Amino acid sequence: MRQNWWKVLCILLLVYTLGMTFYIRLNPGIIAVSETTIQPGYNELTLVGFNTHFEQERESLQIFIRSDSSFICTDLIEVLENDKVTFGFITPSELPSPSIDIFCNNDKDGTLFLGNALFCEGITKGAILEDCEVVVKTDAQTGFGYPFQPRIFESIRNLMLHVPMWFTMFIILFISFVSSIRYLSNPKKEWDLRAETSVNVGLVFAFLGLITGSVWARFAWGAWWVNDPQLNGALVTTLIYIGYIVLRAGITDDQKQARVAAVFNIFAYVILFILLMILPRFSEGLHPGKGGNPGFNTYDLNSSLRAVFYPAVLGWILLGYWIYHLHLRMNRLRNKLYYDEEL
Amino acid sequence: MKNFKYLVFAFLMLVTESASAEQLSVLEETFFASGKIYVVVTVCMVILIGIFMYLFRTERKLKELEKEVYEKNKES
Repeated sequence: MRQNWWKVLCILLLVYTLGMTFYIRLNPGIIAVSETTIQPGYNELTLVGFNTHFEQERESLQIFIRSDSSFICTDLIEVLENDKVTFGFITPSELPSPSIDIFCNNDKDGTLFLGNALFCEGITKGAILEDCEVVVKTDAQTGFGYPFQPRIFESIRNLMLHVPMWFTMFIILFISFVSSIRYLSNPKKEWDLRAETSVNVGLVFAFLGLITGSVWARFAWGAWWVNDPQLNGALVTTLIYIGYIVLRAGITDDQKQARVAAVFNIFAYVILFILLMILPRFSEGLHPGKGGNPGFNTYDLNSSLRAVFYPAVLGWILLGYWIYHLHLRMNRLRNKLYYDEEL
Repeated sequence: MKNFKYLVFAFLMLVTESASAEQLSVLEETFFASGKIYVVVTVCMVILIGIFMYLFRTERKLKELEKEVYEKNKES
């Protein structure tokens, strides 16, 4: 039992993260408004919130619209439900900018924001008189919840499922990289076995990462696959490692197979690092992490996401290592059976 | 036969996708409900099914190995 402590830790971490992935609620936010284009004059719109408390906080509820940096106050017409409210306002024929953001304030949810929610047609550019005092509430008691992101909504929970797949792949393939280097400096069959096994297991996680990413992309961005440097890089790395397996299968001489595969593997990891960690920083695309740390910055990990995301990464890495270790033992046995030699 | 099933599934997906390019497809309506929580459920299922499929494959390999060991023991 004592040497199995990390397996127990792995199970505990995964149970905790899978539970918390679904258990913690989402912070309030604005999903949409009923119209996306408006005309100058009187407009009446319905605002749809998510996890908001419009009905409970009817007294403190305020809605503003913003054009560039000028605010216009709106009148509440009717609070329909906790997440639905109609409001009306008069759009002047002169606005600083045709694209309009919506702000919504109440004591419980704080200040909610939906950028570029409306587009105003047929206006002339000009300044307007600000007649409204806007109070931004930052001290609202929203509690411990996942951040609300436009278009992503609840699927932010995928962060705890999709991203750890790639972390696990990274670590498992790193084992493979180190094993290959060690094989070249000391050609023992054990290192070759480790390199081969870890590539096999790493590929499973790469596939899981690709499929889960594709499903997420379909419902967050609207397409199964988008031309983004990070996505294409991930696909290319997966193909390179499939190439590793094909290469091994193509060489029948054992010594030669192990040596050529080791060299290929070292280059494969370097390319993986360039494609997934370096190139995305210098390019534009939909996937978060552009111009910074791939996967982190734009996601704005808040404390609740951190409390689940980091244990999730550790738990999945441990599970990956566990699977890898089982396969390694199996491959060692097979090797012993065929060559009848001690490793 | 197994592959054929996947092909049919992929084809149906494509049809449902292309038939309603402008309006929300059936797929989107289902997945956009309740703040896209079903996307998370699907992703979770994909991972679990993937891991279990891999476990089954491992077991098959292990069985082969067991058989080989058994036969080798019988020979000697």
